[in-house]
Amino acid sequence: MSELELVPKYPREKQTMINVNGDEAIAYAVKQSYVDVVAAYPITPQTIIVEKFSEFVANGETHTEFVAVESEHSAMSACVGAAASGARAFTATSSQGLALMVEVLYIASGLRLPMVLAVVNRALSAPINIHNDHSDAYLMRDAGWIMLFAENVQEAYDTTIQAFKISEHPDVQLPASVHIDGFFLSHTLENIYTLPDEAVYDFLGGPRKIAKVRVDYFDEEVNYALDPARPLSIGNLALYDYYFEIKVPQVLSMRKAEEVIKEVNEEWYKLTGRKYGNGLVDPFMVEDADIVIIAMGSSAGTVRSVVKKYREKGVKVGLLRIRSFRPFPHKDIVELLSGSKLVAVMDKGIGPGQYGALYLDVAASLYHSKSKPILVDYVYGLGGRDLSPEMVEQMINNLLKDLEKGYILEEERLRFLGVRG
Amino acid sequence: MVVKTLPEIQVKKGEPPYKIWIFEPGEKKELPLIFNLRQLAEQRRPALLPGHRMCAGCAAPIVVKLASFAFRGPTIVVTATGCLEVSTTIYPYTSWALPWIHNAFENAAATASGIEAAIKAMKKTGRLKYENVDVVVFAGDGGTYDIGFQALSGMAERGHDVLYILYDNEAYMNTGIQRSGGTPKYAWTTTSPVGRVIPGKSENKKPIADIMVAHRIPYVATATPAHWMDLVKKVRKGIEVNGPAFIHALSSCDRGWRHEESISVEVLRRAVDTCYFPLWEWSPETGYLLTDRSLVIARNPSLKQPIEKFLEVQGRFRHLLRPENKELVKQLQEYVDATWNDLLKRASNAPR
Ligand SMILES: Cc1ncc(C[n+]2csc(CCOP(=O)(O)OP(=O)(O)O)c2C)c(N)n1
Ligand code: SF4
Ligand SMILES: [Mg+2]
Repeated sequence: MSELELVPKYPREKQTMINVNGDEAIAYAVKQSYVDVVAAYPITPQTIIVEKFSEFVANGETHTEFVAVESEHSAMSACVGAAASGARAFTATSSQGLALMVEVLYIASGLRLPMVLAVVNRALSAPINIHNDHSDAYLMRDAGWIMLFAENVQEAYDTTIQAFKISEHPDVQLPASVHIDGFFLSHTLENIYTLPDEAVYDFLGGPRKIAKVRVDYFDEEVNYALDPARPLSIGNLALYDYYFEIKVPQVLSMRKAEEVIKEVNEEWYKLTGRKYGNGLVDPFMVEDADIVIIAMGSSAGTVRSVVKKYREKGVKVGLLRIRSFRPFPHKDIVELLSGSKLVAVMDKGIGPGQYGALYLDVAASLYHSKSKPILVDYVYGLGGRDLSPEMVEQMINNLLKDLEKGYILEEERLRFLGVRG
Repeated sequence: MVVKTLPEIQVKKGEPPYKIWIFEPGEKKELPLIFNLRQLAEQRRPALLPGHRMCAGCAAPIVVKLASFAFRGPTIVVTATGCLEVSTTIYPYTSWALPWIHNAFENAAATASGIEAAIKAMKKTGRLKYENVDVVVFAGDGGTYDIGFQALSGMAERGHDVLYILYDNEAYMNTGIQRSGGTPKYAWTTTSPVGRVIPGKSENKKPIADIMVAHRIPYVATATPAHWMDLVKKVRKGIEVNGPAFIHALSSCDRGWRHEESISVEVLRRAVDTCYFPLWEWSPETGYLLTDRSLVIARNPSLKQPIEKFLEVQGRFRHLLRPENKELVKQLQEYVDATWNDLLKRASNAPR
């Protein structure tokens, strides 16, 4: 069946359109996802998620236990406790809150506990700032979480529900974060299509299913959970004789997550008629492009509109939006960029003394591509600085000159877009 | 190599010497409190199994075992990073006979909050396999007075139904005897060394149990494993109340306190006999009540021992016994007397 012919199980007329911002969309998705425990602490621009969710609880619209913790460190800690008890757990944060959580982020993934965290991306202090960039997300890139970036409010809703499914998949069993750009998405109203509650319930297979493990003192497989019927110790001390063997499977499960993200993307398509590329990457006019721009999050929308304009002028430019930052889609990048001559990575975060994190990952992929396109890093949008279509045009114009020249010197490979002076 | 055989533990009837605690789904029986030693030996097994690697003479496992005699049914245990955690769960082994989790150093109370919330959500939706599951935390003084205090205070304020047991060995022992907010004044530790100018820790112990009373949670108590019946009773009360409960158990550490392994329990007895560590309980309904030996001392003040009795058996206070430090001991005595008198005023069962 070709894509055009597919009739989703819930075509648009069977979905409900609601007018919400990104935070509200996530809160609504969580309400529909049969979440047992939400432990959260307010921080701009994530606050609306917590407020909206508190309303659902206050109105008795969900069975969820809402734990209004005294810090983000405790929010993530409580989620670890809840998930270890077999519950479906959720929390949300931004920036400083995420920084405070980091210690426990590594523990959640190391203990193989499925859960979902919404990160409303915001610049890290100092200077203190409340607006969007991806420096907070870059902070957690090695924490062992699946990290999915949404481009718009609809995708924020869709991805939040998907994230539970991906995270809880028996082959994955890793925590997952859903990223939306602060204010650009969190506070921007959009009409989105939502599924009926029971459709989400069925999609997730009802309440969370607990994975099974084998321990030598029970004959049968037992729940990987704090279960008085079959007691386990979770969070033991593992030293040089075992630590390594416990960490490697985390890496392998992250690889399996690539397939699961793709499957869930397809399944969602059959259910709702919506999908996002192959789930990992969302390419736009990349196939024959000489110049490919790589971006994550809401900026992809701006870039796409400019790409369209240049295509009309006959310029062979394309956009590759990374949806899954972890696991990083190395394979797709190599395949999709095999014919490109110049690749510009847009990094909404810095790594002083180094290129931006996204650039490094793309460079790692491209090292193995036959074509070896010229690679350049554009750092943009720090602290919420707007990315205007004009800036993207300026960037493409410069890239065209680089392409003509045929090389970029090392000292020109890290560029700042939209900064004064 | 010397091959030592473990002593045969005589269990005449009932339970095997050691066992994993299993509560089959739907099981309803509530475990009774047992104070008859013979019955206890026959019918009950501690939740901490042998083979753990805490030092010989450490009081912390005694605290845990005694506390577990007071567990009433399905129970989940949370432990903060520290000696107890690292020494009882060296992968691939564990000494815990019931479901146990360790998250990090400062977040045992937050982890317990999440577990309790999960239990509530499961119960609400008919997915809890038992009528009730109790949550008990064991955390050291570092994980309680200092780095973990915020999480503890938050848990208390939010009213989670969790019993938090502090095993207080008065320093960061796991990292090698550093001072904590629970280290007493003038005690030697590796970060409050006894130097030519400074005679050990300069500050007094933080009154952690009183701070928990100030949270006005349903139950707060102090205990030591030297007063075992008192401890067991208090743990059961802490589990039975609806909402947070806090038990401050003093726990001698022969490594850090620098005493003979064989006198761990005796040191704790002296802590109570000198009124350095009085035994009491508090609830919003009863206020402060002295218990066990401390009540006896209140009724018969001549039983109160001088502070030297507590200091003299511990190397961490050895410098205080030098003649030139008499003044410091006097100060400590005055501090103990003042806090004891203050408690006598507050305790409604103290003789007037
Ligand atoms: C955030 C953090 N800081 C420091 C440590 C190092 N650390 C581990 S255990 C410990 C001391 C534990 O002291 P306490 O809570 O009194 O328990 P004890 O070992 O004395 O039983 C410290 C400092 C850590 N694990 N995590
Ligand atoms: S160092 Fe102290 S607290 Fe730690 S196990 Fe040894 S005796 Fe116990
Ligand atoms: Mg200690």
